[in-house]
Amino acid sequence: MGAKQLIMEPLLRTEELAIGYGSQPLLKDIVLDLRAGELTALIGVNGIGKSTLLRTLAGLQAPMAGRVLLHDGVMRSLSAQQRARQVSIVLTGRPQGGMLDVATLVALGRQPWTNRWGSLSPRDHEVVESALKRAGATHLRDKSLDTCSDGECQKVLIARALAQSTPVMLLDEPTAFLDLPNRADIVRTLRTIAREEKTAILFSTHDLQLALDLCDRLILMRRDGPLWQGTPAEALSSGELERAFSGSGIRFDHANGTHRFMP
Amino acid sequence: MRTKGLWLLVFAIATVSLALLGLAVGSVHVPLGEVWTALFHRDPQNTFTTIIRQVRLPEVITAATAGAGLAASGLIMQTLFRNPLAGPSVLGISSGASLGVALVMLAQPLWIALPIPRDMLVIAASLAGAIAVLLLIVMADRRVGDGVTLLIIGLMVGYLCSAVISVLQSASAAQALKGYVLWGMGSFAGVDLPRILWLAVPVAIGIIAALVLIKPLNALLLGDDYARSMGVPVDRTRRIAIWTTGLLAGAITAFCGPIAFLGLATPHVARAFVRTSDHSTLMPASILLGCALALGCDLIVRSAGNEMALPLNAITSLLGAPVVLWVLLSGKKWARSN
Repeated sequence: MGAKQLIMEPLLRTEELAIGYGSQPLLKDIVLDLRAGELTALIGVNGIGKSTLLRTLAGLQAPMAGRVLLHDGVMRSLSAQQRARQVSIVLTGRPQGGMLDVATLVALGRQPWTNRWGSLSPRDHEVVESALKRAGATHLRDKSLDTCSDGECQKVLIARALAQSTPVMLLDEPTAFLDLPNRADIVRTLRTIAREEKTAILFSTHDLQLALDLCDRLILMRRDGPLWQGTPAEALSSGELERAFSGSGIRFDHANGTHRFMP
Repeated sequence: MRTKGLWLLVFAIATVSLALLGLAVGSVHVPLGEVWTALFHRDPQNTFTTIIRQVRLPEVITAATAGAGLAASGLIMQTLFRNPLAGPSVLGISSGASLGVALVMLAQPLWIALPIPRDMLVIAASLAGAIAVLLLIVMADRRVGDGVTLLIIGLMVGYLCSAVISVLQSASAAQALKGYVLWGMGSFAGVDLPRILWLAVPVAIGIIAALVLIKPLNALLLGDDYARSMGVPVDRTRRIAIWTTGLLAGAITAFCGPIAFLGLATPHVARAFVRTSDHSTLMPASILLGCALALGCDLIVRSAGNEMALPLNAITSLLGAPVVLWVLLSGKKWARSN
């Protein structure tokens, strides 16, 4: 399979997807697609359903309507293990993790590929090593997750998702709680992974600037309208970004490409 | 990784040595050479052979089996409930099993007519009690989702069971009461060789299940969502884990009494040695250490002699309670309840 064809084909797409809990959907008629080798940022205000969307795309919760398609197969029809070989996720926050060193934690990502006992083959060890390296976490391998900083912890969790060797990777606010250099570092790492591993990566973030500069495409979630998907340049020229934040006391400055806060 | 394997070897050696010691030590001292002869050469004339084969071997096998099973069930519960203080004796599971056993032992007139062997009846009642309480705890866990509340619920269930048992006791015959009180003190000595299969088979099944659970339990260390995203059928895993712990705690309690602290403390001691929560190391380590600790406790009880009749539960509590206190006071992140 040629690299070119991979880039054209969406690895994951949705059809008339509705997400939420209970009886009232948070958001409906969601149509989006993720393509191999592309880094996509998911942008929207708090509480709009970014986490719910990511959880639904990962198969952690059922859609309220519509469906999620992977390689044009329906996700709900896959077994748990088949799904885990297609989509990996990095959840927001730090998992409790118990007393695990980083290398062991990252190796847990191999679970969909290992046998009943979870024993690692030489090939699995290679994948784990390369995941640690890709995520820039090799030097952390003997630390425990508890002693990692927030930025280090994020890298370790990305390494675990990488070790899962999935064509699609989803991340829920991987840059939250990080300082600016660490945020840039994480998004750049994701961009490199998308390029070099031909992974389709979607991450939710509040870092508009980083998303505009480093992502291939943006998905904007709004309360009052359908979800919008396109390139950063399209988002800027079409005025979609301004609309996404309208009425929140924040103006998007077209000329500089930054937010302006209104007093 | 190397040192972790080394600890497994150390625990295994400790288990074997304590088992041999357990065969040699008692009211009659048997030299180790004679122990060997008694085990591997059938000689009905030799009194040592009778002692070893009829009395000490069943006791040693019972202790090792119970220790292994309780440690495995304690570790599964600690990971399942994400609570370092979970264990068969704390969450009321042993109390549930005790209630089941009390119903059989104290309310004998109700059962005596049934054409079922008494052992089977005791096991069934103990299992039913253990699993009923476990299901209750699981329901409570879904609802409260808070470690401390869960422990208090377990405590309350324990009180309730004890209250019902007290009522039963006040109404029962002296002979039955004595039997029940002795059982309640805990002992590895009550199972003779022909009946040992009743204990060993359920525990063997439980330990095999515990080993099969190693992989999904590791995923659950990161939480339900991560486990699901890695392909673990979380609900099925929970069900298997609950039946496994119920089977282990229920069968062991039926034969050895409600043994305090062994299930709760052993995984912590094992963790302190192997220094990882990775179940592929911690599970075998806990199981082996459970064998060794149970054999050690049994040895202490027996070296006190028949006249003292030291209750096994007193020993396990004396050793286990400080471990739990140490876990709480050391304040390590993995040790605190969430």
